[in-house]
Amino acid sequence: MKRPMVTIDGNEAAAYTAYHVNEVISIYPITPSSTMGELSDQWASEGEPNIWGTVPNVTEMQSEGGASGAIHGSLQRGALTTTFTASQGLLLMIPNMYKIAGELTSTVFHVSARSLATHALSIFGDHTDIMAVRSTGFALLASNSVQEVMDLSLIAQSSTLKSRVPFLHFFDGFRTSAETSKVERLTLEDLKQMIDEELVRKHRARALSPDNPIIRGTSHNPDTYFQAREKINPYYDACPDLVQEAMDKFAKIVGRQYKLFQYEGASDADRIIVIMGSGAETVEETVNHLNNAGEKVGILKVRLFRPFSLKHFISVLPPSVKRIAVLDRSKEPGALGEPLYLDVVSAISSAFSSGMLKTEKMPKIIGGIYGLSSKEFKPSMVKAIFEELKKDNPKNRFTVGINDDVTNKSLDYDPNFFVEPKNRTRAVFFGLGADGTVSANKSSIKIIGEETTNYAQGYFYYDSKKAGSLTISHLRFGPDPIKSPYLIDRANFVACHQYSFLNKYDMLGIAENNSIFLLNSPYPKEQVWDHLPRTVQQEIIDKKIRFYTIDAYDIAKEIGLGVRINTIMQTCFFALSNVIPKDEAIKSIKKFTEKTYGRKGEKILKMNYEAIDKALDNLHEVKVPEKASSSYDLKDPIPEEAPEYVRTAISKMISYKGDELPVSVFPDDGTYPTGTTKWEKRNISLEVPVWDPEICIQCGRCAFVCPHAVIRAKVYPKNALKNAPASFKHAESKFSQFKDYLYTVQASPEDCTGCTLCYETCPSKNKMDPKLKAINMKFKDPILEVEKENWNFFESLPYIERGKLNVSTVKDIQLLEPLFEFSGACAGCGQTPYVKLMTQLFGDRVVIANATGCSSIYGGNLPTTPYTKNKDGRGPTWSNSLFEDTAEFGLGMRLALDKQKEYAMELIEKLKNDLGKELVFELKNANQDSEAGINKQREMVKLLKAKLKSIQSSEAKDLMSLADSLVKKSVWILGGDGWAYDIGYGGLDHIFALGKNVNILVLDTEVYSNTGGQMSKSTPLGAVAKFAMGGKSTPKKDLAMMAMSYGNVYVAKVAFGANNAQTVKAFLEAEAYEGTSIIIAYAHCINQGYDLKHGPEQQKLAVQSGYWPLLRYNPKLELEGKNPLQLDSGKPSIPLEKFVYNETRFKILLRSKPEVAKTLLEEAQKNILKRWNFYKYWSDMPVYREEER
Amino acid sequence: MIDLSTSYMGLQLKNPLVASSSYLWEDPKNIKKAEKAGVAAIVLHSLFEEQLEIEQEELNRFLLQGTESFAESLTYFPEIKEFKFAPDEYIELIKEVKENLCIPLIGSLNGVTDGGWVKYAKKIEEAGADALELNIYYIPTDLSLNSKKIEKNYYNLLKKVKQKIRIPLAVKLSPYFTSTPNVLKSLEKGGADAFVIFNRFYQPDIDIDNLAIKSNLTLSDSEELRLRLRWTAIMYGRISPDVAITGGVHTGYDVIKAMMAGAKVSMMTSALLKNGIDHIGKVLSETSEWLSKNEYNSIKSIQGLMSQRNILDLSAYERANYMKILGSYR
Repeated sequence: MKRPMVTIDGNEAAAYTAYHVNEVISIYPITPSSTMGELSDQWASEGEPNIWGTVPNVTEMQSEGGASGAIHGSLQRGALTTTFTASQGLLLMIPNMYKIAGELTSTVFHVSARSLATHALSIFGDHTDIMAVRSTGFALLASNSVQEVMDLSLIAQSSTLKSRVPFLHFFDGFRTSAETSKVERLTLEDLKQMIDEELVRKHRARALSPDNPIIRGTSHNPDTYFQAREKINPYYDACPDLVQEAMDKFAKIVGRQYKLFQYEGASDADRIIVIMGSGAETVEETVNHLNNAGEKVGILKVRLFRPFSLKHFISVLPPSVKRIAVLDRSKEPGALGEPLYLDVVSAISSAFSSGMLKTEKMPKIIGGIYGLSSKEFKPSMVKAIFEELKKDNPKNRFTVGINDDVTNKSLDYDPNFFVEPKNRTRAVFFGLGADGTVSANKSSIKIIGEETTNYAQGYFYYDSKKAGSLTISHLRFGPDPIKSPYLIDRANFVACHQYSFLNKYDMLGIAENNSIFLLNSPYPKEQVWDHLPRTVQQEIIDKKIRFYTIDAYDIAKEIGLGVRINTIMQTCFFALSNVIPKDEAIKSIKKFTEKTYGRKGEKILKMNYEAIDKALDNLHEVKVPEKASSSYDLKDPIPEEAPEYVRTAISKMISYKGDELPVSVFPDDGTYPTGTTKWEKRNISLEVPVWDPEICIQCGRCAFVCPHAVIRAKVYPKNALKNAPASFKHAESKFSQFKDYLYTVQASPEDCTGCTLCYETCPSKNKMDPKLKAINMKFKDPILEVEKENWNFFESLPYIERGKLNVSTVKDIQLLEPLFEFSGACAGCGQTPYVKLMTQLFGDRVVIANATGCSSIYGGNLPTTPYTKNKDGRGPTWSNSLFEDTAEFGLGMRLALDKQKEYAMELIEKLKNDLGKELVFELKNANQDSEAGINKQREMVKLLKAKLKSIQSSEAKDLMSLADSLVKKSVWILGGDGWAYDIGYGGLDHIFALGKNVNILVLDTEVYSNTGGQMSKSTPLGAVAKFAMGGKSTPKKDLAMMAMSYGNVYVAKVAFGANNAQTVKAFLEAEAYEGTSIIIAYAHCINQGYDLKHGPEQQKLAVQSGYWPLLRYNPKLELEGKNPLQLDSGKPSIPLEKFVYNETRFKILLRSKPEVAKTLLEEAQKNILKRWNFYKYWSDMPVYREEER
Repeated sequence: MIDLSTSYMGLQLKNPLVASSSYLWEDPKNIKKAEKAGVAAIVLHSLFEEQLEIEQEELNRFLLQGTESFAESLTYFPEIKEFKFAPDEYIELIKEVKENLCIPLIGSLNGVTDGGWVKYAKKIEEAGADALELNIYYIPTDLSLNSKKIEKNYYNLLKKVKQKIRIPLAVKLSPYFTSTPNVLKSLEKGGADAFVIFNRFYQPDIDIDNLAIKSNLTLSDSEELRLRLRWTAIMYGRISPDVAITGGVHTGYDVIKAMMAGAKVSMMTSALLKNGIDHIGKVLSETSEWLSKNEYNSIKSIQGLMSQRNILDLSAYERANYMKILGSYR
């Protein structure tokens, strides 16, 4: 049977096989493996059967720990069960993996291998996670390419059934999991032939059954555990041969022959590289190139890493080999070598000493590390390794791909070494996240892959910012299979889909001579040349680049596509690249357009057809002058006045030159300065807010709502305006305590994301022109320089003394300095206003424990981070531990602070004679309930430190190191609903019970936002999310009620868009409460599917409908004889549908399963009313009194 | 026994009271209730051209919003293979309702361009609608657009829809034409089987405190009937399509007036929103009682009784009469 050629990514390849040969799939989302689970869920919901004709059960769990438990249980009941995970997720599965392997249970885990969080988290690929589980007893099988992922998924499944050894099938996260490639899809018949039905039944027969009862999972004593453990040995001894048998059978059926260890290259090679994963493809490509040039080199690909078969390994090693380099994509600090290296050393030395290895001499073996966290691994680096092997004393434990100027372990390489064939198109596209560039390129790969005989490969680079982010698409097409799993560094087609990027990045640096450059530009073809930076002009001239331009935004706007220029630019690519004849290409684009957009309605399809037709008419070649004439050049992303570290290191990262940074630049332990976003002027918005002092009522709502702390307000004495620019606006202050002061609202034009929340929120209309308000959005370019100057002056004005403000009012809060600014969150983010508020209120004494998720990405992802300091150098200090342990992590901070304070007090007592009675009294009896009290204590600590300097005892030194703990610190635990409701709930619940003084802020978007919208237990009834395609059928967990049930926890539910004063009140009360506090904050989010400028309005509807009741539960009130529960919002006053059907998450259910939507809406409406009654009853309940006993 | 039966663009109706197009009929339960109350036919709520386009655009926009920008979240929603937009639901509603309905059901399309949405006329027919009402609701704001062009557009749209279907087609119009008779005549040529006069626009209001435009529904009252009576009476017998009066029909007496002016049916919504669907029964009783009291034995016997052709004072419905009315008011 002919197998179809498909263009898919590694995740889909794995999921395809795994889905069809399993019955139960238990998962938890984690990048970069989430797609495998999502696809499985989608297929299941579409009723796609497995090879036995039944639809697998796909269940999302609360954590990978939970998923592995469910797998274990399902396996114990004999179902064929699988999962998909990576990195920290795999770590959470370790306990069950030992059990599953110890019980000789057949299963395959598919892992898109990813870095582990060490000095920093990284979502990108390496084998650190795989190496962390190599002692669990799971067989470890590596795939190197998308085709191999599909094939070896099946070989793993076949082998696990035969061997009873559980398998972990892995491939490189992102590089393979997200690489789109043209592959041959196995047929279901292939799958059936590879799965031995008898073995499936045997697997089932081993299940727990009360009809044939057994006991498994017993406890042993010293007398038996060891021997029983050794009983598994024969299975592991037999396993490699069984895998090879499966590989041979696969070859007979499908035609592709795999080996446990696969050697490629010269049969008389003197030097070889041993490697596993996608890097093997690069090595193979380079080996072929070098051998064609007369060298004698080879590659030994390791596929079955565990159980490691000495016999098979030695059998493929050419006897001519003299030097071996073993490459590990992982790091084990302190070891003699990385795991694969150590295994190879052990294998070779034992084979040599036993005579099994027929080489003349014991080969010299060196080990090296490459590609950590998806670091590029290119032919130039492979060549450098082979060159190193030629040396008399090659470096052992080398690194390659970086410049290690600290321990000098890195190898130098020639970046100009190039091995790719001439008949290959290499195209690179620079796009803006929102413009659809990536989806257009994915479609182009499909068109070329599926409509022509060409092979195709696509890989996509994404920014770490969520708003205004850059995407870079790397596409290869050619007549031969593409074994180049690395970014394109020599392109014969470069496209810039976003004109503004041209001034920031040297994108033609990678363009080859005589290549094509396509620019989407707002300037006509006659003028566009004059709007290129000089470097770009010179590159076009020097490299004889053919330069084309189109104003795609203009066409898109005319058609009604907004900023989606994807179809237009895709058409231009086909017209210029000649990969397919133009007419055929147009036909194919239309065919794929219909496939993509057809289901979304005729209108959308028509607009895209129009885009295709109009693209060609508006594509123009630009006549290139002989000389560069531009008066400006590429802009330095960092201003000169930035601190040195920012200028030298962070600026490189911002310019996409972070790969060039040497090891010495980095901190030893992952510690970075805060407050760096302010130096990265991203200029991503076309429009910025401009203040009208005449109209403004100085309410402060714009500053409150701004997710990026771009818009701020200050009051200041009149004389502060002495050096103000003429354009600097001000008004008489309307604050009662600052009567003779002036007031200014100013936005930072270069940091604005253009979300327009400030404009939407502003309550003051211009009475002479009602479309204008006190804040209006204006085109940035004409006012940029003036507004920059105004912002700089505004920044130079001091913030007003905090003691003069009433921080319980929104009006006064606008005058507090935000210590969280310009984060990389989405434009219009609904989470960040809460975080910013927290830093305004308590930022100078805040310690933050942040769960992994959106808030850790916009809060702590390099290159720049948003938490910053005030003029005294104080500000939030921040760390992220894991996803699952944040409550515990924050609690630990509290325990340390409390202990340190206690010890400091004990030391004060001990040193009281030296310190003086008065100071000791003040320090010990400080009332720090107010800002004034805290400031006073800070002064006391200053005095204490001064005195301690003159005391020469060890106790004094200790007290000096602990003195700051005497000033009140506020511990804030931040995270999303994925953390609080699901993976971290166990810890959260525990700290509720402990009652320690920590503040928990749950940024509740009701879905896993950061990983792309998977259902959490916070997802509401009837909402569509990944893993809830048919609408979530169970109600949202009431976390507030669960917390309130403890009685000693301060609980608040807030929604700033509905009632910002209540939000402020809750923050102040939570922080003041000397126990555990939790604020559950409604956060509008891109995942909810509407224009976020309507976020606050939606919050209002959420509250009015009773969907999100506002409440505060303050245990302190009980002491005053009051009911601790206060409802801050009224009885539901609008039907739920008025709220939900403004949001895509609910609407798509209505548009896909209207009957289900109706039923779930009715149920949700009922639940809301029931809950309201319950809350109301609770809040009206008489309080228990002691005298009633 | 009074014979209330009438015919409307070929549909035989048991009485002249038709429920006009409104959101009430989105709910099949209300349709059944209206049938039980005695209504002769129901015009379903309108399927709006814009509704279809806006919905598609919004869904597309929000499903794509933020996608393919950030490595951890390349999409935000699961891949839904098939969407049912408002028209699909509309078609399903017709199918569902028609199964158990004994009175005619009239579909309603509301739009202004002859674009792809027109295909839903055919789908409405196929779903089982007995007739179609084309509601042309257009507010010209373009300074260069003259009345000729607008009227031509109406004609083209009507023709295009007419070509798609075999069931009778009514056109619902606004009163704002330079020459209503000329427009009606032209649309008669375009294939209209009936005219529904007149549409009531949602007129904007101004919120003077918040400097904002308010748009809310104001219900009609019997006063509004007069405009309809005039044009019905003027056109009676001069065009072959039937005329339905909508806007201002609240009582049985209003029904009688509509019939006397020459309408074949009178349509009602505001009165039902105000008084409930059961109000239909009361209006029909009032109609019968009046006919009986005044010794008319059928509704047909009064149709056109007071039309322009049948009364002596031809100026009564014409503009010249305006002066007299103003005078009498003084």
